[in-house]
Amino acid sequence: MDFWNILVLSLETAVGPIAAVYVLAAIGLNMHFGYTGLLNFGQVGFMLVGAYGVGIGVGTFGLSLWTAVLLSIACATVLALLLGIPTLRLRADYLAITTIAVAEAGRLIYRAEFARPLTGGVYGRQSLAEGFYAANPIPSGRYGLLGVDFTENQLWLMVVTWGLVALALALTASLMHSPWGRVIKGIREDEDAVRSLGKDVFVYKTQSLVLGGVLGGLGGAMLAINQQNITPDQFMPQVTFYLWAMLLLGGAARTFGAVLGPMVLWFLLTAFDETLRALVSADLLPFVDGSDIGALRHAFVGLALVLLIVYRPQGLIGDRKEMLVNVK
Amino acid sequence: MRTRLVTVLLAVIAALMVIPGTAAADAQGGENLNGQIRQPTTIEGLEITVYEGFEGDEVIGEATTDSEGKWEVGLPGPGDYRVVLDEGSIPDEYVVPEKPGSELEVSVRPEQERTVVFRLQTPAEAAEESAEASQEATEDEDGGGDAGAGSDEAGEEVPGAEAGASFSDRFFQLTVAGLTFGLIIAISSVGLSLIFGTTRMINFAHGDMVTFGAFMAMMFANMTLFSSLHEVFEGVPVLDFVFNPLVLGLVLAVVLGGALGAGLERFLWRPLRRRNVALIQMFIVTIGFSLVLRHMLLVVFGARRDKYPQFRIQEAWELGPVSITPRDAGILLVAVVVLVLVASMLQFTRMGKAMRAVADNRDLAESSGIDVDRVTLYVWGLGGALSALGGVLYGLNATVHWQMGFHLLLLMFAAVILGGLGTAYGAMVGGLVVGLVAMLSTLWFSPQLMNVWALGIMILVLLVRPQGILGRRERVG
Repeated sequence: MDFWNILVLSLETAVGPIAAVYVLAAIGLNMHFGYTGLLNFGQVGFMLVGAYGVGIGVGTFGLSLWTAVLLSIACATVLALLLGIPTLRLRADYLAITTIAVAEAGRLIYRAEFARPLTGGVYGRQSLAEGFYAANPIPSGRYGLLGVDFTENQLWLMVVTWGLVALALALTASLMHSPWGRVIKGIREDEDAVRSLGKDVFVYKTQSLVLGGVLGGLGGAMLAINQQNITPDQFMPQVTFYLWAMLLLGGAARTFGAVLGPMVLWFLLTAFDETLRALVSADLLPFVDGSDIGALRHAFVGLALVLLIVYRPQGLIGDRKEMLVNVK
Repeated sequence: MRTRLVTVLLAVIAALMVIPGTAAADAQGGENLNGQIRQPTTIEGLEITVYEGFEGDEVIGEATTDSEGKWEVGLPGPGDYRVVLDEGSIPDEYVVPEKPGSELEVSVRPEQERTVVFRLQTPAEAAEESAEASQEATEDEDGGGDAGAGSDEAGEEVPGAEAGASFSDRFFQLTVAGLTFGLIIAISSVGLSLIFGTTRMINFAHGDMVTFGAFMAMMFANMTLFSSLHEVFEGVPVLDFVFNPLVLGLVLAVVLGGALGAGLERFLWRPLRRRNVALIQMFIVTIGFSLVLRHMLLVVFGARRDKYPQFRIQEAWELGPVSITPRDAGILLVAVVVLVLVASMLQFTRMGKAMRAVADNRDLAESSGIDVDRVTLYVWGLGGALSALGGVLYGLNATVHWQMGFHLLLLMFAAVILGGLGTAYGAMVGGLVVGLVAMLSTLWFSPQLMNVWALGIMILVLLVRPQGILGRRERVG
């Protein structure tokens, strides 16, 4: 078993573009759950519409990539309003159920036969990112450190995605130190108290939902650019649960919790996968089949979620007191 | 890369769908094994050999695929056979994937014409699939229609959809299908609603408890112990049915489902409540648990779509404008009887009254002397048992599949919100409405979207009457 190789691969995923995409979406989820206390179990829905903003913009209408990203943001905003207006006036459970259902319904609609002219149906949309890589200023070659290395295109993508992450972090950090952020956190602690101060809680919650949703949508758009093609079935509900595991692992309601969580979890997941695969190919685990590894990984994430909540609800860098209040 | 993955998935789906199409075609009696190799293309000249028994070496017959990739081997009688695809006869550009492989074991029942599906793929696909297969080899639920190969699934779930039937015929047919589906949703979601009522917790693992029940029954129905027990009573009027492996399996699955629910409450949720874990955190724990349960079932039972071996092929009864198989009629009957029993239990027994009282107001119930912990334990047991029953009925009505429960869960959410969160009767009414809406929507719209309509109804209800049809008007915001 090649430990060095496993370590390198895991490090590569932890800083790679996919991890950055999850960080973006997790920052959005942190805005919803960590700061506002909204139970959004459908973050993958925002990633779906974000990715398809690029997919439909570039793949169907032949727009430029930059216009398509704007389309992604618009789609995510619309979805947030659609979700928020019926449910944000109700108790938290309603938002939870509605988000998980709408995200899944969205996937079904995007993959349906009648939507094929627009979304490409189950086949999705291909070759979306030529404009992006054509704008790559990095000279071609391989760039690396300690065995972890990337091609110029991966590096360009990482620069842009992590750049977006930095922007999103700066935005949330400054928002949370503004009067707006204090109201938002107040809503999480005690909605009625905030209402009694004359704030329109519904409006604040909607704003938070839109903001976090747009970050999720941007994550989706970067995912589409990274893979250059998208299909609806990448946006299974499991993605949302991964994001939750990541956010809780890092620590909700912490600016860097949403960054740390995805990186650590991706590192662990890849290490888990590769170790298991090495063990299976060395015939050390006779009862596990090579094709079961994906399923075992999902089960591992589930177990991690349970154990985290039971033993360390604040995650790696969270504040225990902040996580123990009963959020709305 | 993703597109190729989807192509592979569609190939799998198409291969699975071939089964009923060819099985129905031939009606000359006697047992046989047949199949068609058509993924990725139809291949002529593949050699297939059938051996007797799972281990035996005695050759029963050999066949070579024709220009359409079809083959057929006649059998001497029912029993166990091993079908081997000669890897040497496969053209170089294709390989046999690890799963299901080139050697399959099948059991053939009397008069059965069993279709055996071999799958081929290109080496590149094979490499890719082994990396990612189990994770996503799933989406046959709605993908079936796209693959366009067969219509077992579509035909099963949307019985009136065949072209040519008049609108009123299809309407009646779909109403019956919707009632069946609605009753299944209702049975499964009563527990969800009661659990929410007593503990204020949304059990996101409820769908996977449904899957658990279906798979448990599948396990027992396939056990040789039970089929040999059945043989003893074969032909005896009542006992023949009672000792049918699936009937026994259903009973055992319901018992196990109840045990799972009660065990979860006793060893997971009660300790968590004692630790003062907040409700939101409990939601996340249920999600984590559902991921664990679902994927453990996937690892143990595999990603195949399966039907119960019993009651599979039946002559439909014609009742006026409606034709219904005895199997579906049985599902309807069981569902109605169980729902009536549950309702009378809730209405008339002490425990039922206590359950409703706790669901109504936990603190008030506790202060009036009800042992809330015990009631919660019973609610979980009841919920687990009912969800397992729902799973078996759903599996009997459609197919057993590791994601069936999760897909049903979204409709169950729609049902409980529609009827009013926390009320048992609301879940029953909501389930019926959701089932009917989902089925009847296929009269006008694509069957792929039937779940979307059900969820749409849910959002509409949230907008105009958030407390649900039977929910008490109270402040929910």
